[in-house]
Amino acid sequence: MSNDILIIAEGRAEGLRKVSLELVNAAQQLSTALGGQVFGAVVGKGVSAWAETLAKTGVSKVFVADDAGLEKFAPESYASALAEIVRAANPAVVLFGASGWGKELSARAAAKLGWGLVTDCTEAKIENGTLLLTRPIYAGKAIAQVRAKQFPVMVSLRPNIIPPVEANHAPAPIEPVSVTLKEPRAQVVETVSKPKSKVDLGEASIVVSGGRGVKGPEGFVPVQELADTLGAALGASRAAVDAGWIDYTHQVGQTGKTVAPKLYIAAGISGAIQHLAGMSSSQVIVAINKDPDAPIFKIADYGIVGDLFQVLPALNEQVKKLG
Amino acid sequence: MPYNIVVLLKRVPDTESKITIRDNAVVTEGLNFVLDPYAEYGLEKALQLVEQHGGKVTAVLFGPEDAKETIRKALAVGADEAVHIVDPALEGGDAGTTAHVLAAALKKIPFDMVWAGKQAVDEDNAQVPLRVAELLDLPHVNSIIEFEISADGKSARCVREVDGERDVMVTTLPAIFTAQQGLGEIRYPSLKGIMGAKKKPITDWNAAALGLDPATVGKAGAQIEMVALMPPPARPPGKIIPGDAETAAKELARLLREEAKVI
Ligand SMILES: Cc1cc2nc3c(=O)[nH]c(=O)nc-3n(C[C@H](O)[C@H](O)[C@H](O)COP(=O)(O)OP(=O)(O)OC[C@H]3O[C@@H](n4cnc5c(N)ncnc54)[C@H](O)[C@@H]3O)c2cc1C
Ligand SMILES: Nc1ncnc2c1ncn2[C@@H]1O[C@H](COP(=O)(O)O)[C@@H](O)[C@H]1O
Repeated sequence: MSNDILIIAEGRAEGLRKVSLELVNAAQQLSTALGGQVFGAVVGKGVSAWAETLAKTGVSKVFVADDAGLEKFAPESYASALAEIVRAANPAVVLFGASGWGKELSARAAAKLGWGLVTDCTEAKIENGTLLLTRPIYAGKAIAQVRAKQFPVMVSLRPNIIPPVEANHAPAPIEPVSVTLKEPRAQVVETVSKPKSKVDLGEASIVVSGGRGVKGPEGFVPVQELADTLGAALGASRAAVDAGWIDYTHQVGQTGKTVAPKLYIAAGISGAIQHLAGMSSSQVIVAINKDPDAPIFKIADYGIVGDLFQVLPALNEQVKKLG
Repeated sequence: MPYNIVVLLKRVPDTESKITIRDNAVVTEGLNFVLDPYAEYGLEKALQLVEQHGGKVTAVLFGPEDAKETIRKALAVGADEAVHIVDPALEGGDAGTTAHVLAAALKKIPFDMVWAGKQAVDEDNAQVPLRVAELLDLPHVNSIIEFEISADGKSARCVREVDGERDVMVTTLPAIFTAQQGLGEIRYPSLKGIMGAKKKPITDWNAAALGLDPATVGKAGAQIEMVALMPPPARPPGKIIPGDAETAAKELARLLREEAKVI
């Protein structure tokens, strides 16, 4: 084992995800203390464009497993490919993004290699030669600091906790890793729907959410309009999702997505503990609610007590004016 | 075709409960413990499958002695029997050792399917069932919102939701499945169910019964350890912006631009 750090990048049709570029930054900071190199990796089918971008982020090398067997998502195949890459890179720490993809594959790969794994961390640092990680638990009601008793170890980091690096360096070498894959027993046969919004909820820097206070599906129109003006992702409380006004994929909270944007605007959301679990580490929180006693105001940085159907359109106009 | 279904259940504090921290640990006295809500969706699906096709639901919970109460809740809603893995020597581990313990138990129980929660709402680890799948060399499908068994009973078709995308995944059986919110409506126990649960068998297994080497489990086997537990940092008190909708919105936009610098 080396002192190196390997980051596992992930991409979408548009290119690498922002979280992957954030991981490079986090890895660079850790490697200053550990004294090794930072490597990147991509897995999939036809992923050379992602590898090329990653090679320009300042990493020392990019490992690529590009294989026909990885065309459709299959946890067993992807975990095998990742394990091959990890063996080739031989790092002390592997960083994943704490996306659904990253969490699923890190768990399976960690078990395959017999490694420890700490998921969903909001901070990672080296202290006295050991890796210390911070993660919120109990719906954000407690913050745990955990330690990796040994290297190597895997970690997944939440999006938005550290700025992304730019892909503007001289390209690092790209090393293909050949993988031997068995026929997977579980695999994706069809994608029913892709995220509709342009901005991914999990890694958006602004989120505008609506709750039961929007009163119906059409109540999400002013919420969506403000989100569009701000270039924000659309969120929702579970009450709005359960009522069938908006798709589950928009749910923020303990049983939905965890988000930590720089700005979170909650309209018509009371602020139940399970909702707060998903958004309380946002940098700036705005609450719009007609009930001055709504618990959401306790954690909001800015609050407006009023009717969201008046406040949201007015805010939309004002934001447009600011340009 | 009848199915033997194992459901992995974790005992967690009710999400509404107030968490008090003392000496880097959560104070458990007075805490209301429940079945992990995601695992509960898995239990519900298992009960429905057995109602449809016949078979048996076995609840497996690894946790301290007083988790028996939580196991009874699973029996009260319809699980047929339960295994309680209980042994102080197994406590104090991490997700890796928990998976090791559960995998050892599953080797002793015949099953066609294992259901678990996508993550447990106490520590949100989201790794135990997937580790178990790997340890037992089984396929898994994660974060399921719709589920159906094929006509020949040899495979399952699942709709799963991940990162805002919805996919159909097909797997052969046996396999491990994790439940996401939306998989179904959870049932509540009837009085008859609660009474009946008292007569259903709960088998206790310890490290020896599972043939586990003490060095690989509990504190000794853990690769991750907790060093500190603290309350979340307090947020500075917020500002309520006065005035009618127009005035307040204008001032809010200004503050977000000039003071908070986020838009
Ligand atoms: C195990 C478990 C997991 C859960 N997971 C989640 C989760 O992931 N995410 C989540 O959100 N919830 C979750 N919940 C549910 C949670 O407890 C709350 O029920 C839910 O968050 C309430 O949603 P809400 O704030 O939209 O609705 P309500 O609590 O009904 O609040 C509606 C708010 O809108 C305000 N309002 C009404 N009309 C207007 C108007 N015209 N203008 C302005 N304000 C208005 C009201 O004053 C009120 O404060 C979970 C619950 C459990 C038990
Ligand atoms: N101690 C345990 N006993 C039984 N099942 C467990 C235990 N820990 C975790 N699980 C299962 O794994 C799921 C995910 O848990 P976790 O990986 O801890 O977030 C839970 O919803 C349970 O189904």
